[in-house]
Amino acid sequence: MAAESSSANRLGTSIWRDAIYRFSVNRAAMLSFWIIIILTGMAIVIPIWGPHTLDAVDWDRILIPPTFENQHWFGTDANGRDMFVRTMYGARISLTIGVLTTLVALIIGVTYGAIAGYFGGRVDAVMMRMIDVLYAVPTLFLVIILVSAFGNNFLLIFISIGAVEWMTLARIVRGQALAIRQKEYMEAARALGLPASRILMQYILPNVIGPVVVYVTLLIPINIIVESYLSFLGLGVQEPFTSWGRLIAQGAAEMEAAPWLLLIPAAFLTLTMFCFNFMGDGLRDALDPKNR
Amino acid sequence: MGLYVLRRLALTVPILFAVIVLSFWLMHVAPGGPFDAELIDLDPKVVESIRAAYDLDAPVWKQFLDYLGGLLHGDLGPSLIYSDLRVSQIIATGLPISVTVGLSAIAIGIALGIGCGIAAALRQNSFVDYIVMAAAMTGVAIPTFVTAPLLILLFGLYLGWLPISGWGGGDLRHLLLPVIALALPKVATLARITRGAMLEALNTDYVRTARAKGLREWKVVTRHVLRPMLIPVVSYLGPTIATVMTGSVVIETIFGLPGIGRAFVEGASNRDYPVVMGVVIVYAVFIQILNLLVDVIYGYLDPRIRQSYGRPEMSTAGAGIGRGK
Repeated sequence: MAAESSSANRLGTSIWRDAIYRFSVNRAAMLSFWIIIILTGMAIVIPIWGPHTLDAVDWDRILIPPTFENQHWFGTDANGRDMFVRTMYGARISLTIGVLTTLVALIIGVTYGAIAGYFGGRVDAVMMRMIDVLYAVPTLFLVIILVSAFGNNFLLIFISIGAVEWMTLARIVRGQALAIRQKEYMEAARALGLPASRILMQYILPNVIGPVVVYVTLLIPINIIVESYLSFLGLGVQEPFTSWGRLIAQGAAEMEAAPWLLLIPAAFLTLTMFCFNFMGDGLRDALDPKNR
Repeated sequence: MGLYVLRRLALTVPILFAVIVLSFWLMHVAPGGPFDAELIDLDPKVVESIRAAYDLDAPVWKQFLDYLGGLLHGDLGPSLIYSDLRVSQIIATGLPISVTVGLSAIAIGIALGIGCGIAAALRQNSFVDYIVMAAAMTGVAIPTFVTAPLLILLFGLYLGWLPISGWGGGDLRHLLLPVIALALPKVATLARITRGAMLEALNTDYVRTARAKGLREWKVVTRHVLRPMLIPVVSYLGPTIATVMTGSVVIETIFGLPGIGRAFVEGASNRDYPVVMGVVIVYAVFIQILNLLVDVIYGYLDPRIRQSYGRPEMSTAGAGIGRGK
């Protein structure tokens, strides 16, 4: 038993090492990975040690275009606040919401899907019908109802988005779990009398990690966009805090006089979307068993 | 086949009912009501009588039964904010606008997206392929609330060619920018899905066999590749068409179009319960119809799926969108 599990572990690491290798030779994916790392670092550091603070008003320089003078590298907004710091602060909120909402979706989706797939039969049928019902309500509509109903504080926004975006994850996990159920080693595990929780953790979850990782990488940008939509419609984060969606909404309102207010946060958001999409594609290629 | 459609239609009734229960409950359980904000200064007695006029003082289950009763008679109730309008009137004026913009965008998406996807797949790793895929990646990565203001900035403000907002009674010049902004991500997604599905179909054994027996290439494509290729395309199009027909909230807000997407957002933030419910129901009906259509089309595209119609466990609705590599 011990020898078997250690050989299984060695096989496991080599599969993962293969995947990491395949990912690391994918230039677009690696570049995207480093850009996200740098952006995350700046989002953490700049609002603390940047040249200006988030809500400091520079009365003499209102709505100025990007300039090196006085360190307003991205210019200032209609209230004279520094856009560089605000864009980085927006990155902080947008990335945090993207990751946290995905985490919420991950926890709900994987648990739900694994349970449905493991038990199968009637449990599975009922649980999947419930997802069918939720699919019949549009995501954005549901989030808007949730956010406008329960107020727009930071915590509720990401719980609302996460609570809506878990369904596809549940379907992916359930499909994999159903396929694994038929395998001999599952039968052996059941015959040995392992409890369901242990079977879920030890046999089902490791098998579903590949597709889940890929989907999660693609869900983060989707959730960043959903939060941006909300902020764009005025339902997301509120002043003085800001996110990319909010900055873009404010920029769109001023775009004739000050196009940089729209273009800079839009460029950052787009860059982030590109990076996550490239990383998702890279991960899918790296984890796809057909490529081995 | 007819039996299958009938059974699916019967299944939509409980789903629609569940959607109605869920959204009604969500709206009413939330703190705050439609008359909170504007009536602060009013005599509590007046507020009370307004609430009584709309039955908002009744218990939620009774309000729900009343609403359901109205619904069965085709009555979506009154708007709580626009007191002289019924929800059915709001939807009747808004829906044609949303549907026009949405279907135009989907038409562009189908023509351009599928066309580019096929072209890219047939010349894999060529210059055409790289250009199409780079453009598609861009289209997927940039959200509509970025492209829409940029389009307005370029064509509306700098060049001054097109009007920047409003419906203009359905005038083509007013339609152009919102339709383009809505169509861009659809074109991009469809091009990616089509290319991936097409490449997969081109690599199957039966295509190799068809080529080996000397079939001409265009015949191989039209007869053996196009049909399986269309399956992921159709499963993406089904829910997408339902969504765009119900109105893109962002597009309608940015371009000031009086569609039902905007009515929904306004309704949600004003707690105009019946308007929100009305739009959700319209969407839910659309999505049920389109999912059914998708499943029926699957049957025409793939005989194996057609045979499985007899079996009860057949829910492809909204299933994972085939993302091609």
